[in-house]
Amino acid sequence: MGNDITKLTLTETLKLLEEKKVSTAELNKAYLERIEKYNPQLNAYLYVNHDNEKIPAAIKDVISTKGFPTTASSKILEGFIPPYDATVITNLESQGVRAIGKTNCDEFAMGGSGENSAYGATKNPWDQTKVTGGSSGGSAAAVASDLCVFALGSDTGGSIRQPSSLTGIVGLKPSYGRVSRYGLIAMASSLDQIGPMTKSVEDAALVLDWISGSDGYDSNCTKEKFSLTPSRWKAGIKRLKVGVPKEYFGEGLDPKVKQVIEDAIKKLEELGAEIVEVSLPHSEYALAAYYIIVPSEVSSNMARFDGIRYGFGREKIGPEVKRRIMLGTYTLSTGYYDEYYAKAAKVRTLIKGDFDKAFEKVDVIVGPVSPTTAWNLGEKVDDPLTMYLADIYTISANLAGIPGLSVPCGFSEGLPVGLQILGKQFDEETILRVGYAYEQATDWRKEKPKL
Amino acid sequence: MSLTKDQVKHVAKLANLPLTSEEEEKYAEQLSKILEYVEQLNSVDTKDIEPTFNVSGQENVMRKDETEASLSQEEVLSNASKAENGMFVTKGVFEPE
Repeated sequence: MGNDITKLTLTETLKLLEEKKVSTAELNKAYLERIEKYNPQLNAYLYVNHDNEKIPAAIKDVISTKGFPTTASSKILEGFIPPYDATVITNLESQGVRAIGKTNCDEFAMGGSGENSAYGATKNPWDQTKVTGGSSGGSAAAVASDLCVFALGSDTGGSIRQPSSLTGIVGLKPSYGRVSRYGLIAMASSLDQIGPMTKSVEDAALVLDWISGSDGYDSNCTKEKFSLTPSRWKAGIKRLKVGVPKEYFGEGLDPKVKQVIEDAIKKLEELGAEIVEVSLPHSEYALAAYYIIVPSEVSSNMARFDGIRYGFGREKIGPEVKRRIMLGTYTLSTGYYDEYYAKAAKVRTLIKGDFDKAFEKVDVIVGPVSPTTAWNLGEKVDDPLTMYLADIYTISANLAGIPGLSVPCGFSEGLPVGLQILGKQFDEETILRVGYAYEQATDWRKEKPKL
Repeated sequence: MSLTKDQVKHVAKLANLPLTSEEEEKYAEQLSKILEYVEQLNSVDTKDIEPTFNVSGQENVMRKDETEASLSQEEVLSNASKAENGMFVTKGVFEPE
């Protein structure tokens, strides 16, 4: 099979393993060869496990892996080796999966381009002068360039979906509470979720099946696990009601990206879905609410880094993380709490209410993941507010706690575009159903970058 | 809302963040811009709206009060910058630096 096995999806790989047509040793050898060849230019991995004997997955460096360095792409955690595994890692182990490496990301997952890593930016495999998106940029690049069978990322405001869109892979942010966060280095605790980044929708469903489920170590994760019932999520989308929010197609959306998304929606209609216009009137306030809630929770979570129990001193914290700690400390400080955090939490209620209302009429909501395709490295690094605007279509799902999927749906000037499919809370099944039907009807996921 | 350099210094002290003078100036400008942006929330009517702090619907999740195995002392101390006699070593809290 040679190098070709690295092109296979997880589902295809499992089949070959089961039929004993390939061994895990061959699998790891093939992936390690590619990592050795391409990682120096892409900078997707910060650490590579050369002795892997299990199915090789790429794990974002904010997820604790016992015995493997876990730095959150920060100098403050350089050399840190967790003494325990995150719950998702334990769950993967029981399926015969282990980290072939830890992937680069924005420091402590704070960023939307991958450039905030203290260990250098990850390059987009489709065009190495472009960003991968972020924060799970290394995981996205590793999947897109076949340097792993699949990857795990984390999503606080779009950090799985947006880099998936910008690198042409499938990315799923599960509902808040679906997957345990135990062992995930916390960023904003009321929003963080771990999720799969894969080569196909079927793979995303399978990985969600593996990693989800209640966990005594995360009291917000009490739901039963997502169970894979192919007869339901492979059922096609005839008569399914697909909502299109007019607010996601206004000013700021690149006209070429808009065209690609509109074509994808037409495709869904051809497949039998009923397209319904919906309104999410508070969308325009989501970003402002998000940039109060996130820094506030960040400032609290980052207080634990004191250089005593683990890690180095606070002078090692990078610029974007410091910026958010500062902002959050300010918005939570005496006299400002009501004006900022409490106000943002009320706006969050309204944003969630918009979705509740829309989902009375439709089964899923679709639109763009990102207003543009991947931009040039360095283009937005000096302007945090412009960088934040790249997350405009993804953050609402985190505020509302609902699941979201990015599925490859075409290209604009040679760069991938992702279709976002949002669903009701804990209804990952229906968004996977739409993603699967779309994927089966198109060939976008089969396109690979030339390295 | 505009932040002065002195306010930035004060916030940095609260956050225990060592900042250079250059950073203080940069953050004063950048944070002011972000605060200006988020001020648009003031135009949203949130009268009688309850805040949402958690979307999982969970409240006071309890477990049985039973002990279970946890990390060994050696594992817990494995990443400490300084450990002695099975304890973390830190600067004295009440001593002058």
